[in-house]
Amino acid sequence: MLSIKNLHAGVEEKEILKGLNLEVKPGEVHAIMGPNGAGKSSLASVLSGRPNYEVTEGSVTLDGKDLLEMSAEDRAREGVFLAFQYPIEIPGVSNINFLKTALNEIRQYRGLEPLTAKEFLALSKEKQKLVEFDAKLVNRSLNEGFSGGEKKRNEIFQLAMLDPKIAILDETDSGLDIDALRIVSRGVNKLRNEQNAFIIITHYQRLLDYIVPDFVHVLSDGKIVKTGDKNLALTLEEKGYDWIKEEVAS
Amino acid sequence: MINQLEMPLYDSLISKYEIASIQNGNDALEQLRRKAFDIFRSLGFPSIKNEEWKYTNVLPFLKEEYEVPVQQQSLSKEDFDKAAALVAAHQQEIQHSLKGENKGAYRLVTINGQISFELSILPEDGHLKIIPIAEAELEKEFQQYFGTIATIEQNAFAALNTALYYEGLYINVPRAYQLDQPLHIVNVLIANAPALMQPRHLIVLGAQASAEIVETTISDKNIQPVLVNSVTEIAVAENAHFHHYDIQTGNSGLRFIKRVEATQERDSNYSNYTFTLPGADLVRNNLVLHLNQENLESHLYGLYLTAGTQLVDNHTEVHHKKPHGESNQLYKGVLLDQSKAVFNGKIFVYQDAQKTNAFQQSNNVLFSEKATVNAKPQLEIFADDVKCSHGTTIGQLNDEALFYLKSRGISEQTAKNLMVNAFAFDVTQKVKIAPIRTYLENKIGEVMTNASSN
Repeated sequence: MLSIKNLHAGVEEKEILKGLNLEVKPGEVHAIMGPNGAGKSSLASVLSGRPNYEVTEGSVTLDGKDLLEMSAEDRAREGVFLAFQYPIEIPGVSNINFLKTALNEIRQYRGLEPLTAKEFLALSKEKQKLVEFDAKLVNRSLNEGFSGGEKKRNEIFQLAMLDPKIAILDETDSGLDIDALRIVSRGVNKLRNEQNAFIIITHYQRLLDYIVPDFVHVLSDGKIVKTGDKNLALTLEEKGYDWIKEEVAS
Repeated sequence: MINQLEMPLYDSLISKYEIASIQNGNDALEQLRRKAFDIFRSLGFPSIKNEEWKYTNVLPFLKEEYEVPVQQQSLSKEDFDKAAALVAAHQQEIQHSLKGENKGAYRLVTINGQISFELSILPEDGHLKIIPIAEAELEKEFQQYFGTIATIEQNAFAALNTALYYEGLYINVPRAYQLDQPLHIVNVLIANAPALMQPRHLIVLGAQASAEIVETTISDKNIQPVLVNSVTEIAVAENAHFHHYDIQTGNSGLRFIKRVEATQERDSNYSNYTFTLPGADLVRNNLVLHLNQENLESHLYGLYLTAGTQLVDNHTEVHHKKPHGESNQLYKGVLLDQSKAVFNGKIFVYQDAQKTNAFQQSNNVLFSEKATVNAKPQLEIFADDVKCSHGTTIGQLNDEALFYLKSRGISEQTAKNLMVNAFAFDVTQKVKIAPIRTYLENKIGEVMTNASSN
């Protein structure tokens, strides 16, 4: 599905990703952990097509298609979804109108008819229920005045609506209290299936108690330096990152 | 003042005035015209050294060899047919955006300022009076208000209009009359050679009367340069309500210098909605309200969406003269390409005007690195028990918000369109006539779709 080979990328001449390799297959959940400044959020940005990031070397393909050649909107239409670490407030754009526009542009790209108002409403209700998203928030302006937790839950609701092939969750757990964390995790678990995949970027092992990953990768200085199963996360929680840095250095 | 010696237009106006003044009979009016022309003659056209014109250099727009008609021109059949076709197309465009909405509106068509009753659809109950301004001189309200509302001192353009106007509308909404549908004034401009046009209007609302008037201006795409220097005087009597919309679209070659000046009596409400869209080269709006009595309210809503090398300048003045007045001002600007905008909002609270509430807000977003906006709030308060506030913001397109929308599969154009409509929403939602709101939203959509992607 997603294949990242020898990815070098940075911002304004500063190289942040320095030869990153990652293979993600359908049905898998990959966790990416690592110390501050390792390049975790940069990876999310590069994959989703955030402006200002420049790829200097390497390739990223999704089902064989070159993602790096595509605009951010085309990546989304091909099935890439980024749950933002800091979701943006856009006053005056209604949440529901925004989602309807997004969904129909994606459908159009895929040669599908737009959903009727009725179909869209039914889908929206179904997904709201699935990810436990408050109906009142659906009709408000996009993220305007939402609490930190509500914003993150809105990201998961959007994820449910747009049904991507690969979802990247960029520190979705940051700023969540334990109840919100449970709701968000439950939503993600319900959305996991054999066709899609998740990349979960996090600082903390806690989230991985709820969303159990198939692989845990440690990102350090722009490269994946260690890969293991969910137990690696527990070790990191206990011992920190320094032992890996030493291991890599030796 | 601009060095008028280098200004053929100034010379031509001086000689035109001599001709025009011979033709006019009415004494009071003749005196006013003479006084106005003297003001114009001594002021000349304003240069950027004039504080009121600091950011708007009119000089480049005065260099054309404009014809300056000073009496009614007869319209050729060809031009009339052209006007009729433009009106029909315009109607189509507006109707098109109305899907399922109430389509009812009266229509008043002017061609170069001259009323075309043939193309108009007006109420037939005989109460609403609409006649050419030149035929209104014996009307009581004309004699009461004409020339008393518009300020010509220090205003070269308004003075020039007063001295040389000959076309325009006199509209009288009589006491207690409620206009049951909006009146849509369609101003058609036809010019086969560069021309200076100076329409002059007087709109009077009697006590307890109410009306909604929507003005639009249309012209041929290949129109010759036209400078429209218009003055509209408005008198809103006790407890009258007037919602006044001006939707400013146009083509390149058109330059508008407009002065709308209104007086309000007690318990009245005047609401002005000025929307400027890409098209005309220059738009200068002078909107001046005199809150002459107690307990009244005024609303000023403006939206300017500018593109190309357009220059759009909104100057507003609100004069709170008596207690318990409320004025509310919200102007929003979105600037594309190399366009420029100016917002200058003055609020005067006179010594007697205790318990005044006066608010002003101006928000601007630059969508291009080459666009410029100059925004300046000015408050002069001489009363001590008032609530006044003002705020001005100038921002840029929020790249992070744009990326957020795109990351959900929304195209750049659609994303920008959503963001502009969202930004304009505070103003567009104030529009009381649903079809006009839809028309505006569609227009914004069109502009954003055609806008270049940077």
